[in-house]
Amino acid sequence: MRDAFARVLEKEMEQNERIVLITGDLGFGVLRSIHLRFPDRLINAGIAEQSMVSMAAGLAATGRTVLVYSIGNFPVLRPLEQIRNDCVYHNADVKIVCVGGGFVYGSLGMSHHATEDMAIMRAIPGITCYTPGDPAETEAVTRDMLWRKGTCYLRLGRGNEPKVHDGPVKGWSFPEAITLRGGKDIAILSAGGILTQAVDAAERLAERGISARVVSFPCLKPLDTKTVSGILASFRKVITVEEHTIIGGFGSAICEMAAEAGSGCRIRRIGLNDCFTTVVGDRQYLREIYGMDGKAIAEKAEAFLKE
Amino acid sequence: MDSYEALVHSGFEGNPDVRDPKTLAWLIRRNGLEMTHISRGSHIGSVFSVAEIIAVLYTSVLNVDPGEPRKPDRDRLILSKGHAGSAVYAALAETGFFPVEQLKTHYANGSILSGHVSHKGVPGVEVSTGALGHGLGIGVGMALGAKMDKAEWRTYVVLGDGECDEGSVWESALQAAQYKLDRLIAVVDYNHMQSLATVDETLRLEPFEQKWKDFGWNAMSVDGHDTEALKAAFARAQRNAGSGKPSVILAHTVKGKGVSFMENNILWHYRTPQGEEYEEALKELEALRP
Repeated sequence: MRDAFARVLEKEMEQNERIVLITGDLGFGVLRSIHLRFPDRLINAGIAEQSMVSMAAGLAATGRTVLVYSIGNFPVLRPLEQIRNDCVYHNADVKIVCVGGGFVYGSLGMSHHATEDMAIMRAIPGITCYTPGDPAETEAVTRDMLWRKGTCYLRLGRGNEPKVHDGPVKGWSFPEAITLRGGKDIAILSAGGILTQAVDAAERLAERGISARVVSFPCLKPLDTKTVSGILASFRKVITVEEHTIIGGFGSAICEMAAEAGSGCRIRRIGLNDCFTTVVGDRQYLREIYGMDGKAIAEKAEAFLKE
Repeated sequence: MDSYEALVHSGFEGNPDVRDPKTLAWLIRRNGLEMTHISRGSHIGSVFSVAEIIAVLYTSVLNVDPGEPRKPDRDRLILSKGHAGSAVYAALAETGFFPVEQLKTHYANGSILSGHVSHKGVPGVEVSTGALGHGLGIGVGMALGAKMDKAEWRTYVVLGDGECDEGSVWESALQAAQYKLDRLIAVVDYNHMQSLATVDETLRLEPFEQKWKDFGWNAMSVDGHDTEALKAAFARAQRNAGSGKPSVILAHTVKGKGVSFMENNILWHYRTPQGEEYEEALKELEALRP
């Protein structure tokens, strides 16, 4: 996802000289080509996230589209007030880019596990939040983001991630959810890089004769309410998956809609159950430990259907 | 919008000339006192300490035009110590950006003139602040944008001394020096008091001028109530364009300046002027009318 983002960004920077990228002293491997081609438009803010985001707001006020690039929690939690007050409140054309949503930096410890960002960012009025599920979705939303005015949040995984879509996502329009797999017994809704596990779970369920629809939400806010309404009307049971706490994020957004719609649909949220990670390991290991890998999702879905 | 000349009317007797910094500073205090009284608001001590700084900026330094508040080549002013917002509102109203009468809505239900300075719907305000430690960073971004555009306009940021407790101020100080933003000018309203105690008793900033110099800034100290000294300091800071260094003016001020019982009295960070205290403050200010 990270590389897909950098590729699209580089291409857009070619076309639009008002795009500027600020990095919080990170990403030089990924951003190397941009650095070489547009040295005046790649600014290193140093390890100073608060001021980096304020600076982005000021720079945007001079008629620029400004991307702020960092990893994990760093571009979100430390400068949250700057995002809220300086960027979003001023409708600044700033794009906060987080590489490493969820357990991407699994071995580095809880400081590097971005597991509350979607809930926090979603609560800010008027911000747009993108949560692409694979590199192809990343390309589509990055292109959209760079032409969309106002403050946006982009939650990415990292490089070399498996593709879920066979080719590019064609004809995607903001903020559509994408159905990856048809199914009638249960719907698995996914936001972010956990999509691979949702698809894996559906394949496992299929082997057991259960037909699961898989829908990816590359845009968390605004939510594609039309698609969600359709799902709530067509399914009795729905599972949400997110590499994130189950409080306040994607699953909560779906539950809010279901509760207000008064649909008879039951929802089970899969994610971190109000806890910090206390062990380290690679991304897949942590998904297994915390019950959100494909196998665990399939098991939970099957049990849920029996309730 | 009416012409500047037509709008230069304070609502006070004698139609004083707001292009004189001493007069505008007095009007800032007089309006600020009334606004704080009507609204039962806070921060009058800060409004009084920053009055000459804001007055000199609007009369003698900033290239701004009340007839065209968003003109592209305007200088940008950010009041980072947003709690002294009524000083900026008063300066803007008195110099013709919006009707002076509107100042009376400060803090009121449904008003756009929030207690901390707000840009939404208020002509002449660039940035909303209130949370401390944001303004200098935004100023760094603006100055960087101007530099990238090779524009001539400058960015001015007014900080509080207590605000300099915030780590983000020093992040921005490093960045401004690193990016050689020599058209960025910061002013610290150095009234030596915070909300609970003096700066020295809270988090000591001295040697303050040296700190800024060590961070790579042109730093100078002046009497922040001496309008001529402030003008000279701004002129000096403007001449630093080309030096590759941002400039900071440490304006030594007195919290509550202009009303004897408010001066250097920590009480008046939050206390609202009411009853006899309001009447007495009015009387003292009237005696200082230019």
